[in-house]
Amino acid sequence: MCTDCGCAPPQPEHDHKHDHASRKIRVEENLLAKNQRLAMANRASFAAHQLFVLNLVSSPGSGKTSILERTLTDLKGKISFTVLEGDQQTDNDAERIAATGAPVKQVNTGAGCHLDAHMVGHGVEGLDLAAADILMIENVGNLVCPASFDLGEDHKVAVLSVTEGEDKPLKYPQMFQAADLMLINKIDLLPYLRFDIEGCKAFARQVNPQIKIIELSCHSGDGMTEWYDWLKAGVAGKRRLVSSL
Amino acid sequence: MHELSLTQNLIEIAEEHARRENATVITSVTMEIGALSGVMPEAVEFAFEACTKNTLAEGASLEIRHIPALGRCQKCGQECEMESLLDGCSACGSYALDILKGQEMALIELEID
Repeated sequence: MCTDCGCAPPQPEHDHKHDHASRKIRVEENLLAKNQRLAMANRASFAAHQLFVLNLVSSPGSGKTSILERTLTDLKGKISFTVLEGDQQTDNDAERIAATGAPVKQVNTGAGCHLDAHMVGHGVEGLDLAAADILMIENVGNLVCPASFDLGEDHKVAVLSVTEGEDKPLKYPQMFQAADLMLINKIDLLPYLRFDIEGCKAFARQVNPQIKIIELSCHSGDGMTEWYDWLKAGVAGKRRLVSSL
Repeated sequence: MHELSLTQNLIEIAEEHARRENATVITSVTMEIGALSGVMPEAVEFAFEACTKNTLAEGASLEIRHIPALGRCQKCGQECEMESLLDGCSACGSYALDILKGQEMALIELEID
């Protein structure tokens, strides 16, 4: 029995009949209420550790893990990271992250198409959150379902690579509306592709006028500094917030 | 297909409320789905039958009320109906809309026995 979330084996049905008339009851409960409650518990626990928490979302193959690998390597000694890797199967990504020296845990969702707050709450058990500045949660590669599930993060970061269509923000608006930052990855490939990067940015802003956009390539390193500055500002913001309390 | 886990949540919440009322069966479930909730009502209907097996709601009917979406323009204050997150303000065309309604996905009412 988990004390935080109340997850427990199902209770046996009671076997006596009641003699009630058929009646209506009002419920009015959001289907995500439980996830929301667990996400708030995660958020409170992350806040206690002054942890800057990002939920990385994208379609499969956009380069989330590669961006993480480069980021963890380049910022080694400057920012300390801990990583939660979400995939349906395998711990291949966790192995790639572990090779950078950062602490990492793999969460396999099995048939599940997204991480939820419950999986994240249990997923971070055993990670030393107090020792980290940033928790990176790499969600399951899927531009639809993870949009609906708050994990307790500070920001969703949507990664879109230029080998995909520039109209992805229009096709999957929920995700780009939920994200605060969009990373346009693989820009070193732009000379070989017909990807309208200005069009892509305009589409993202149509769905989410406030979204911040950084163009980068984790392969060539272009644009990575801007991403690192954004991360550093996030970490500094957490510390300021706590020191002002 | 996050509708599957949402439908499981729906049934979990429904059973919780029904048990609290000492009900032995749930005969109907009424829910609301907003136009901008990112949930496909057809997928919920499909998942409902499978997910209710061996629960208090087995055989229950499912009524889904569709909630149209409403936004308010941050620039000119106009309130306008929205059909998708891609819609702009009907008066000035700005895309900076605050969503007032249409993101609901909630269990509203149960009929129990």
